[in-house]
Amino acid sequence: MSSTLKIEDLHVSVGETPILKGVNLEIKQGEIHALMGPNGSGKSTLAYALVGHPKYQITSGRVEIDGVDVLELDANLRARLGMFLAFQYPVTIPGVKVADFLRHAISNVRNPDRKEGEGLMPMREFRKELREQMNELGMELDFARRYLNDGFSGGEKKRMEILQMAMLKPRFAFLDETDSGLDTDAVRVVSEGIARLSGPEMGMLIITHHERLLTYNNPDFAHVMLAGRIVETGDASLAHNVHANGYDDIRQRHPDAAAEEEAEQEVTTKT
Amino acid sequence: MTATATAATLPATFDESAFEAFLETRDEPAWVTDLRRAAFAVFQEKSGEPLDPEEWKRVDLRTFRPENFAVQTGSQSGAETVATFDTLMSERAEFAGSVVHVDGVTTQANLRAELAAKGVLFGNLSELVHEHRELLETHFMTRAVQADADRMSAWHAAFWTGGTLLYVPRNVELTEPLHSLIALSTAGAADLSHTLVVLEAGASATLLEETVSADANSTGLHVGAVELLIGQGARLRYVQLQNWNEKTYHFAHQAGRVERDGSLQWTVGGIGAKLAHIHQDVHLDGRGAEAEVNGVTFAVNRQLLSYYTKQAHNAADTRSDLLYKEVLRDKSRVVWRGMIRVEPEAQKTDGYQRSDALLLSSTARNDAVPGLEIEADDVRCTHAATAGRVDEEEVFYCMCRGMSEYEAMHMIVEGFFHEIYDRITPDSRTPDFDDNNAAGGDPIRIVRETLSRAVERKLGIGE
Repeated sequence: MSSTLKIEDLHVSVGETPILKGVNLEIKQGEIHALMGPNGSGKSTLAYALVGHPKYQITSGRVEIDGVDVLELDANLRARLGMFLAFQYPVTIPGVKVADFLRHAISNVRNPDRKEGEGLMPMREFRKELREQMNELGMELDFARRYLNDGFSGGEKKRMEILQMAMLKPRFAFLDETDSGLDTDAVRVVSEGIARLSGPEMGMLIITHHERLLTYNNPDFAHVMLAGRIVETGDASLAHNVHANGYDDIRQRHPDAAAEEEAEQEVTTKT
Repeated sequence: MTATATAATLPATFDESAFEAFLETRDEPAWVTDLRRAAFAVFQEKSGEPLDPEEWKRVDLRTFRPENFAVQTGSQSGAETVATFDTLMSERAEFAGSVVHVDGVTTQANLRAELAAKGVLFGNLSELVHEHRELLETHFMTRAVQADADRMSAWHAAFWTGGTLLYVPRNVELTEPLHSLIALSTAGAADLSHTLVVLEAGASATLLEETVSADANSTGLHVGAVELLIGQGARLRYVQLQNWNEKTYHFAHQAGRVERDGSLQWTVGGIGAKLAHIHQDVHLDGRGAEAEVNGVTFAVNRQLLSYYTKQAHNAADTRSDLLYKEVLRDKSRVVWRGMIRVEPEAQKTDGYQRSDALLLSSTARNDAVPGLEIEADDVRCTHAATAGRVDEEEVFYCMCRGMSEYEAMHMIVEGFFHEIYDRITPDSRTPDFDDNNAAGGDPIRIVRETLSRAVERKLGIGE
């Protein structure tokens, strides 16, 4: 049975500041959704809130996967439920080797009932799978021995996120500007990597400013966020339109949200 | 200070009559007894004087009652073997020889016959003093740790018991590690074991030593000394894992001396003890001598672990590299006071020292005080100290990949120590990933596994 991620009237604050003001979105396994919007509209906040970052407080609303209340769960249990965030700024963990990190990650995600200290995925099996996936992504095996993201270039970090996604095979993946800060070649590699992973088993929410990622991963749906809400939803043509013309048309069609955006920006500039 | 006042400061279990009674139980050659008597006189004298405030000011000794501890002179059964203790190392490898001390009495000592045939000595120091006067008179507490260094070294020199000697003749290379276990099993027992390693020119060896308590609640005292004498071009890897229970006081004088082109890799693990103070000196005496000093400590609850280290460059073209990595939790405290000393003749010295602390709770406290004393003008000496908390974003990132908070912390702590593991691993392979896993007996693998297990245990208790 295909799973559905349902976001209903989600409100999220950071500290005292409301960022998301009622987001509604439904993603089915196998669908590709593009999420666009100007800086500060709340795209990354949505991604972080979905995977359970403690800094993002849910003030109201619901997030469910097949009726399971996701918001009740800690981040690790959400991951075990099949949710995945490809970080815009992946974290460096000194001294932790990629292979060790991934083996722990995969052992938990593949065996959601795993207790602390229980066995890890058998080494032989893990090694074989890691090699295959690294080959697919054109990564040197040497990567597995390096400390996680330590001294990695921007492109290497993003590829590491895609490698994790390939290993963990989530049902719902949120890609937070995975194409940002990369040169053309790196964008192609990452985009192809993502394209290879998409399929009937994976629902994707691709957050991007750019069109390149979407030409490799043609979205079934496109959404535009403004001032903490999704103001427009359409098909791929909406995404192409926004990329071609920017957000001016959107702001004109949604003057209230545009005014709110402007007011927020003033507050930000003042502080 | 009057003689009476001085005598009054001695703890009842280590005073003159206790010393005489102790000597009665020792069947030792006269030269050993003479050394003990001389040391006892120093102990009496130093007991009337304050300890060096520079070294001891961060070590709170108010709870320490030496009179609550005594050397075990009763006839020990000797039945206790390594199997009695929950050691972290002993079952993890094939050792070329092993020694076990329980409450200051050697209960087991063995060495492979082919090594003994090559002239290697490894065993109970108390026994070996009978036959090896020539060797021991020149090396035992003469060059590395002297009885008159301070109150603790004099105390040790007067009352030492048990003890491990490793002697490797010229150009003999030991490929497999040796193991020494120092255990406390009786409440109130004092262990004053001595470790002496002598490598002649061109020799090489690895000695893994660990300390352990029979149970979690018996109080204990260790007043130890470690002497590592590395001859010309010789190579020693020495690991001491201090893993007493949290009711044990640990005081130790430890010193290594490295001659021309010799090398010493010295790794200390600080896991246990209620209060530990280690005075650790490395002397680079000959041109081209080098020493790598690694410290891995994990303190919890109210543990206090204190390290007073010195890297003494006494000759030209010498290299020293010290790295201490400390993890602290609860109300624990770790103190590191390090000094690089460069003598005028030690040109082209390359000296480095660094302490990194990772604090898992806001109530833990870390003091790191690096220091340099440089008399030569053409040297490269650097030092650094860092302290930080666990980064919440690192924990979140791990949790986003399915790990529990506990597992994330474990991973981050292990990662923090990994720099040490990498330093002590001969090559940089990751045994967990490569096809050709390091051999089961590889000493560094044992150290890694041992520390990893200690980390697991520590993370499993408390909050």
